Amino acid sequence: MEKISGARSLMIALEKEGVEIAFGLPGGANLPIYDELYKSNIRHVLVRHEQSASHMADGFGRVSRRPGVCFATSGPGATNIVTGIATAQADSAPMVAITGQVPSKMIGRDAFQESDIIGITNPIVKYAFQPMSPGEVPEVVKKAFYIASTGRPGPVLIDIPKDVQQNEAEVHFPSEVKIRGYHPWVDPDVTQIERATEMLLSAERPIILAGGGVIISSAFAELQSIAELLMIPVVTTFKGKGSFPENHPLSLGPIGMHGHAEANKMMTEADCVLACGSRFSDRSVGTFEEFERNLKIIHMDVDPAEIGKNQTTNVAVVGDVKTSLRIMVKMLIQKAIKRNGESAWAKRVKETKDYYRENLKIHPHPLAASKVLKKLREVLPAQSIVTTEVGQHQMWASLFFDVIHPGTFFSSTGLGTMGWGFPAAIGAKAAKPDVPVLDIAGEGSFNMTENSLAVSVLEDLPVIVFLLNNFTLGMVAQWQRTFYDRRMIGVDLKNCPDYVKVAEAYGAQGIRATTLDEIGKAVQTAIKSNVATVIDIPIDPQEDVLPFVAPGTSLKDMILPS
Amino acid sequence: MWSIISVLVENKPGVLFKITNLFRSRNYNIDSISVGITENPEVSRMTITTEADEKQLSQIMKQLEKLIDTLEVKLLDEKKSVYRELVMMKLKVSKPTDIKEITDLANAFKCDVHDVRKSSIIIEITATPDRVSALVDLVKGYGILEMARTGICALARGGYENEG
Repeated sequence: MEKISGARSLMIALEKEGVEIAFGLPGGANLPIYDELYKSNIRHVLVRHEQSASHMADGFGRVSRRPGVCFATSGPGATNIVTGIATAQADSAPMVAITGQVPSKMIGRDAFQESDIIGITNPIVKYAFQPMSPGEVPEVVKKAFYIASTGRPGPVLIDIPKDVQQNEAEVHFPSEVKIRGYHPWVDPDVTQIERATEMLLSAERPIILAGGGVIISSAFAELQSIAELLMIPVVTTFKGKGSFPENHPLSLGPIGMHGHAEANKMMTEADCVLACGSRFSDRSVGTFEEFERNLKIIHMDVDPAEIGKNQTTNVAVVGDVKTSLRIMVKMLIQKAIKRNGESAWAKRVKETKDYYRENLKIHPHPLAASKVLKKLREVLPAQSIVTTEVGQHQMWASLFFDVIHPGTFFSSTGLGTMGWGFPAAIGAKAAKPDVPVLDIAGEGSFNMTENSLAVSVLEDLPVIVFLLNNFTLGMVAQWQRTFYDRRMIGVDLKNCPDYVKVAEAYGAQGIRATTLDEIGKAVQTAIKSNVATVIDIPIDPQEDVLPFVAPGTSLKDMILPS
Repeated sequence: MWSIISVLVENKPGVLFKITNLFRSRNYNIDSISVGITENPEVSRMTITTEADEKQLSQIMKQLEKLIDTLEVKLLDEKKSVYRELVMMKLKVSKPTDIKEITDLANAFKCDVHDVRKSSIIIEITATPDRVSALVDLVKGYGILEMARTGICALARGGYENEG
């Protein structure tokens, strides 16, 4: 058998996993890997900061539902991807991050650019490997992709000492691997699904809560069948936004801190919830004790550790959400159950939805967030992929931007990573080059990773940055206005920089749009020209995101716009 | 509620760190932990005792099971398992009669006596935490100079291996 280097076997193993693109930045400790990358067919996308490489891999992974790959060198290169790994872990995104490490004999000697990245990332990875001989590399890669993409997906780190990259060994590429302590797929218990179905059928005021698990397992059709057969309204978590078409008559939109008023209202009036692939985050449900009061909870999740973590469950179904929902659909069809939506509950839901949609006060500004985002929805094709940054614009997107095609909306919902949306959009564009990809951004977040404009331009991965610019760290400002008696500190960004010029400096297109009409035209221009575009939209810094469920309160304490 | 959790894990570097880091990052409490190799050299057994309410205990079990390097996680019932802790105490010998008294106490508790010296003596007890506490109470009057405890080590009794 021929001997090959660890770096060479890494590249062969990646190719065998079907990797076609990787995002990264080279450095001293991963040069042998880059030298093999030079010879391989894998496309390398050079970033300007490793954090963005990890977000691009994350965005690629969420859209393609295959692990995105990123490279970083040792030390600061590795620590720069920590935020990206934590983001992927919080949102169960498949990712394989590959870091260079100082030579094995130097580990523990505080060598130049040495960091204990295995130790640092321990609580935020699904798993981490550090192969100490080149012969281990193929199996490690196989296991990494298997772990990252199965069960509840997540980030896996492979940290490879430089000598392990360089040294040669006879290697064997396994076609499959088994890990005895890892059982990602559990067949759902049919008896539990029967109990769940009975509970749902006997409820007077049932509701479906769809979480991110519905998107990850692609259970859109199954979810919609159940909702339509039983005429049950559907609310989502923020991560589950877009798991159910938001223009559907049964859709009430996301619940939570900045949930839709009708969604929060109906959630608090329901007597039974079918929660699919949701972890009942505090941002979604408010106070745990109040949420579960007088509510029967059916919880479907692939991760057994989520059952009972935040909410007491009446019926638990552990297993893939798509499989579980499909079994439930079959049961309903066998029982010939098809409801017509004439119940008192269905009427109450419809009345509430109509009431809030007609009567909620709109912020009195020509570029109120609701108007801007509804304009965006009008002009952006439904199959486009939308990411967001983190802050007010993100919550406005949740409130006012309806997702029509399931699985086209992605956000850093768990960790809440500012600066995620733009590089993630570039990763998404790499996964789906044929559809427009747009990042609904705030300027505070965009500042953090705006140097990815170079990547979007030079790598021909054109995305649109739809910048709701209020010259402020707007969500923090809102909390200071609301909870700190308007003592504003650390939030004023003073209209710096000029984002049109920033875009142009990178060779991208910069458009300032100051009316709804200009906004619509700018989006159309960006889509048509197919070059990276920043649309700078000056909005009112005084606008708050409402409704608002204050932290530590329950959904029924929702504050409405007045 | 004091509980004994028995965990079989992959015997490789970093696994103990993952287990203890899990307890730290999720704000669980480790009362004691003991680790050693099993009859299979690829597998180690960790015996962890913890103070947790029922809900928290269930989460601890599930989070431990979720770790890829854990092979089996069991809650041991005190009545259906044998559990012991090894404790060594170096006691102060103030007067010659202390040695006789301590040795008698040690015999009553089925302890081993080691390193008898003019000014100190080491006794070793392997027992349940209750018996250890009883002995500690009895000897602390002499002055405990140093103490070392292994933490609880436990196995399910025959016929109860598949419970928990």
